[in-house]
Amino acid sequence: MIDQLSVFLENKSGRLAELTRALGDARINMHALMVADTSEFGMIRIICDTPLRAKELLDERGFGAVLTPVIAVEVPDAPGGLADVLDALDGAGVNVEYAYCFVEPSGEAVDVFKVDAAGAEDVLTGAGFRVLSAEELYVPDSSS
Amino acid sequence: MYQPELEAMGRAELEALQLDRLKSLLVRVYENVDTYRRKFDDAGFDPRSVESLDDLSRVPFTVKDDLRAAYPYGMFAVPLSDIVRVHSSSGTTGQVSVVGYTQGDIDRWADLMARTFACGGATNDDIVQVTYGYGLFTGGLGAHYGSERLGAVTIPVSGGNTKRQVQILKDFKVTVLACTPSYALLIAETAQELGIDPRELPLRIGYFGAEPWSESMRLEIEERLGVRAIDIYGLSEVMGPGVASECEHQNGLHVFEDHFIVEIIDPETLKPVPDGEYGEVVFTTLTKEGIPVVRYRTRDISRVIPAACGCGRTFRRIERVTGRSDDMLIIRGVNVYPSQIEQVLVGIPNVAPHYQVVLTKRGAMDYVEVHVEVSPDFAFDEVRELEALQRRVKSEIESALAVSIAVKLVEPKSIARSEGKAKRVVDLRAQEGEQP
Repeated sequence: MIDQLSVFLENKSGRLAELTRALGDARINMHALMVADTSEFGMIRIICDTPLRAKELLDERGFGAVLTPVIAVEVPDAPGGLADVLDALDGAGVNVEYAYCFVEPSGEAVDVFKVDAAGAEDVLTGAGFRVLSAEELYVPDSSS
Repeated sequence: MYQPELEAMGRAELEALQLDRLKSLLVRVYENVDTYRRKFDDAGFDPRSVESLDDLSRVPFTVKDDLRAAYPYGMFAVPLSDIVRVHSSSGTTGQVSVVGYTQGDIDRWADLMARTFACGGATNDDIVQVTYGYGLFTGGLGAHYGSERLGAVTIPVSGGNTKRQVQILKDFKVTVLACTPSYALLIAETAQELGIDPRELPLRIGYFGAEPWSESMRLEIEERLGVRAIDIYGLSEVMGPGVASECEHQNGLHVFEDHFIVEIIDPETLKPVPDGEYGEVVFTTLTKEGIPVVRYRTRDISRVIPAACGCGRTFRRIERVTGRSDDMLIIRGVNVYPSQIEQVLVGIPNVAPHYQVVLTKRGAMDYVEVHVEVSPDFAFDEVRELEALQRRVKSEIESALAVSIAVKLVEPKSIARSEGKAKRVVDLRAQEGEQP
């Protein structure tokens, strides 16, 4: 599992800018950002370096931030890549709460999943997918 | 008990003492205060005709407006040369009123606040951090003199600078904290931010008052600060803090009846209600010299708890004040006390018990939006779960208030925290009504 930063934001103009500026000023690099929103509020999900430091920084700045464990899987950036992963999870009876994808500079696609069951990582590894560790995706806090 | 011979005296003996003091009070205010002479004369009430405590029901009421009209010194019952201190009401509900104290009043007040501290379990071995504001507000100096009278180490920090409050709490090995309940939560939050767990500090008792709070908020404060949270009660017009206090049983506040007569009245009919029924709290000060009040209508809503207390005090208890009739909102004809909302929120995970009620008009209808903070350590990040949380908050508040509302989830710590009284209600109904 890797740590994703989840931030609750009200839908107010400039709030997302303040959030990303706070991370930027602290020299925290983001690898992926995904917004899930309604008309009133949004949940911002971020994969970034030193997520624990990022969370503490945001807490100090008056944001509500938590760390959410999610699964990151590397798949070839080719048609059907995501579908194969989802089939494997579905076959094992694992529900996906949400998912998003980004492409690394290397050209590989990273699929991020929040799932409702333990053991999903084993399912994916068993099915031959490469589940990524924190070190492979971002700079973890311990080595910062 | 700080004064066991008084606090545990027999009811008959207490009532005889009250009657003696009441008789002398009524003559004293009639002779020295124009407002009372006029009121008594208008009502045809002869202050020398009192023969029993029941006669009190014939005496005209005093209201906040009487004190305002007498601004600043018009209701003092002694010459200014005998006054050694003045305080002023906080003015949360309008123009301020001024209250004066003789040296005797200050001494009795210190005794009553020492009683209050002892009532909740503090002793002269305690270290007391007084975080109520020092100044015109009665909280700071009231608690200060009481703590000193008890013989405790008294730290006069006053309000504000929450980080420093936490630092002192820790460094000075404070065992007793006196502040408003909303500020107690702010201190707990700030301590957490500074990496200090208040539960691991020597802090053991908190004395919280000056604003309405709920039983569920008490549980939260006790959990987060690791204290026994004692509810204390007072208002500047009657004296300040030290009018009534919870004891270690934490089940109602003993009114210090040797100095104050408490009545509960129906705010509509103005008739006293039987013990156990809710109504407006009315006080008569029996021993105050500077500015005694007779049947002062507090606007606070409570009831007398009709049973003896296990602590041995014979003073009757009133239930915690959960609302002021001033704070009472009439929403689409329904009486609503904002503190009911807090009661609901403490029972719901993933939200903080911080809220603000925003009232507007939509056409002719009242529109109520309750802003509720998401808890800083919310346990999920799915929009679906947030919407479910929003629906749950809405339905639970609606069933408690019997009024339909809208709920807006707002960011953690985004509702302004006051260092004095919490601003829970923003009523924009009249303002919008005036617009073309």
